[in-house]
Amino acid sequence: MFSRDTWREIFTTLRKNKLRTFLSGFTVSLGILIFITLYGMGNGLINTFDKFFSQDATNVLYLFPGRTSMPYKGYKSNRTIEFENSDLEDIEKDFDMFVEHVSPIIRRSALVKYKQESNNYTTIGVDWGQQFAEKTIMMKGRYLNQRDIEEKTRNAVIGRLVEIDLFGSGNAIGEFIDLGGSVFKVIGVFQDEGGDNEERQIYIPYTTRQLIEKNTDKVQQIVVQFKPQLGYTGAMALERNLERFFKDKKFINPEDRNALFIRNVTDQLKQNQDFAGALQLIVTVVAFGTIIAGIIGISNIMVYVVKERTKEIGIRKAIGATPRNVISTILLESVFITTISGFTGMLIGIGLLRSLGDNLSEDYFITNPYISTGVAVFATVVLIVFGGIAGYVPARRAARIKPIVALRDE
Amino acid sequence: MIEIKDLHKSYKMGSNSLHVLKGINFKAEEGELVAIMGSSGSGKSTLLNILGMLDEADSGQYILDGVRIENLSETKAARYRNKFLGFVFQSFNLINYKTAMENVALPLYYQKVSRKEREAKALKYLDQVGLKEWAHHLPSELSGGQKQRVAIARAMAAEPKVLLADEPTGALDSTTSYEVMDLIQQINDRGNTILVVTHEEDIAHMCKRIIHLRDGVIVEDKKIKQVRASEYVQ
Ligand SMILES: Nc1ncnc2c1ncn2[C@@H]1O[C@H](COP(=O)(O)OP(=O)(O)O)[C@@H](O)[C@H]1O
Ligand SMILES: [Mg+2]
Repeated sequence: MFSRDTWREIFTTLRKNKLRTFLSGFTVSLGILIFITLYGMGNGLINTFDKFFSQDATNVLYLFPGRTSMPYKGYKSNRTIEFENSDLEDIEKDFDMFVEHVSPIIRRSALVKYKQESNNYTTIGVDWGQQFAEKTIMMKGRYLNQRDIEEKTRNAVIGRLVEIDLFGSGNAIGEFIDLGGSVFKVIGVFQDEGGDNEERQIYIPYTTRQLIEKNTDKVQQIVVQFKPQLGYTGAMALERNLERFFKDKKFINPEDRNALFIRNVTDQLKQNQDFAGALQLIVTVVAFGTIIAGIIGISNIMVYVVKERTKEIGIRKAIGATPRNVISTILLESVFITTISGFTGMLIGIGLLRSLGDNLSEDYFITNPYISTGVAVFATVVLIVFGGIAGYVPARRAARIKPIVALRDE
Repeated sequence: MIEIKDLHKSYKMGSNSLHVLKGINFKAEEGELVAIMGSSGSGKSTLLNILGMLDEADSGQYILDGVRIENLSETKAARYRNKFLGFVFQSFNLINYKTAMENVALPLYYQKVSRKEREAKALKYLDQVGLKEWAHHLPSELSGGQKQRVAIARAMAAEPKVLLADEPTGALDSTTSYEVMDLIQQINDRGNTILVVTHEEDIAHMCKRIIHLRDGVIVEDKKIKQVRASEYVQ
């Protein structure tokens, strides 16, 4: 069945029927090409998604104070809730088992000056551990450390773009800047994956910020970094316990939904992962729909090919082709075309995705579109196998045609 | 070489059936050249197709070269056709995308003859029909007479015991017809058994025996003195 002669015969037939060969090959190539592109784009979409949501650490809870909306234990409604340093200590003490680090956040906008240059920036009073919650990457110098916090030093860590704004091409490290009327020394420059906004921020010790503001002990937000081992359920439990703890401590009605907000990155992450999963599923379904359309396309072509060749098949049978000869000729031809053009389409598709690279990430949210070789080959093989099966039905019908019927003069 | 006894064949068309062959008895020895005559629709092609195993009889016996032909599987029929029989049709039935040589070589492909040998044999038979120079031409580049000669070369390439020709000159003018008949006579001279379906008297008289079909039976069967086609071919 697979002798060299058989192949030569198939090859000759294909070469001499160029249009037919081209059309069926083209259909198959196009099918695979669309599949690969679609699937790759889908992956690109998911990549964008991942990039978007994985820039910060995921083992983090953010606590924001709000305003009460219900009276409770003699307190009136509409009371402003505030966090203070003692809250940080309480979390560290009471939730020691679960928590790696607790860090406050105090955000203030400030006019920042260096020599002739000045600009408004967000300054953020933080604890040294905040570096890990934000995944802040130091370009040069260092981040705030424990000593900075304890001694309330006037050290600042500035974003990459702040340095460019104020220092141009010069080096900011060791320079002094005026930060809302106080002089700070730049000890580090950071970059951040999160985009331009985050690189126009300035970190200072929160203790220094409190000292500047009349030695207050208020903090704006609390960032709790918990132990990653807690996992999703542990994080959800911790969130509930913290909520209960603070509602109790600050005399908030347990039913009150406006007095305290907790943002749980893990929970969001899970939702996002679920969403990404759904996206992936849709993309897969659509892509395999393309493959099925391709298979239907092939079987249509095969039906047409067999019809067109009825007379030829009749001639071949009259001069001695067995049904098996007929089936194997037609099948091998179709499998040969599908294989060659399928893999051609696959290579073109992969090449296309490669060449697209990150060109689409700005406008279309598609980052690094990509298909694994395994999936690509699998889809191609599926198309070939089912294309073969689809070709078998008309081939068998062709083999059953009686030569006299096929040869009857019209 | 060929023997049929009480052969019947009818075609079913919806509710009524058309009884075409109503008990044919016939015998042809090796080396005979038989013309089968009869008006259009008298069942000449039907008979030839049954003899060629392209169709099956409803009842009756068929013995080809001592082998009883009955209840053949498709595969077996294909093998017999390939080994015992050569066909020539009125409309040539060449494969249009294959060259003359490839067409002639095709029966040998199904005999699993090696490629070299196939091509050598194909050229030999094309030479015999005087078309060696046309070996690499497509059928569309050949005249009707040339096409029929290629078809004859193809039928002979497998070296069959019996050559069956259904109105081989039906689509040709008389000069070309005589050339084709000349070829058929030459093949017969080498000892091949040949059956020619025709409704033309002059063609029939170039055979050695004439059978007349009418109303599904043989009404006349006579040996004749053969007219040599070469007399009419310059
Ligand atoms: N496949 C078929 N189905 C139905 N009727 C047929 C078929 N083949 C031939 N016939 C009928 O059988 C009769 C004999 O046909 P045929 O053998 O071709 O005659 P001839 O070759 O002598 O002209 C004709 O009436 C024709 O219409
Ligand atoms: Mg006829």
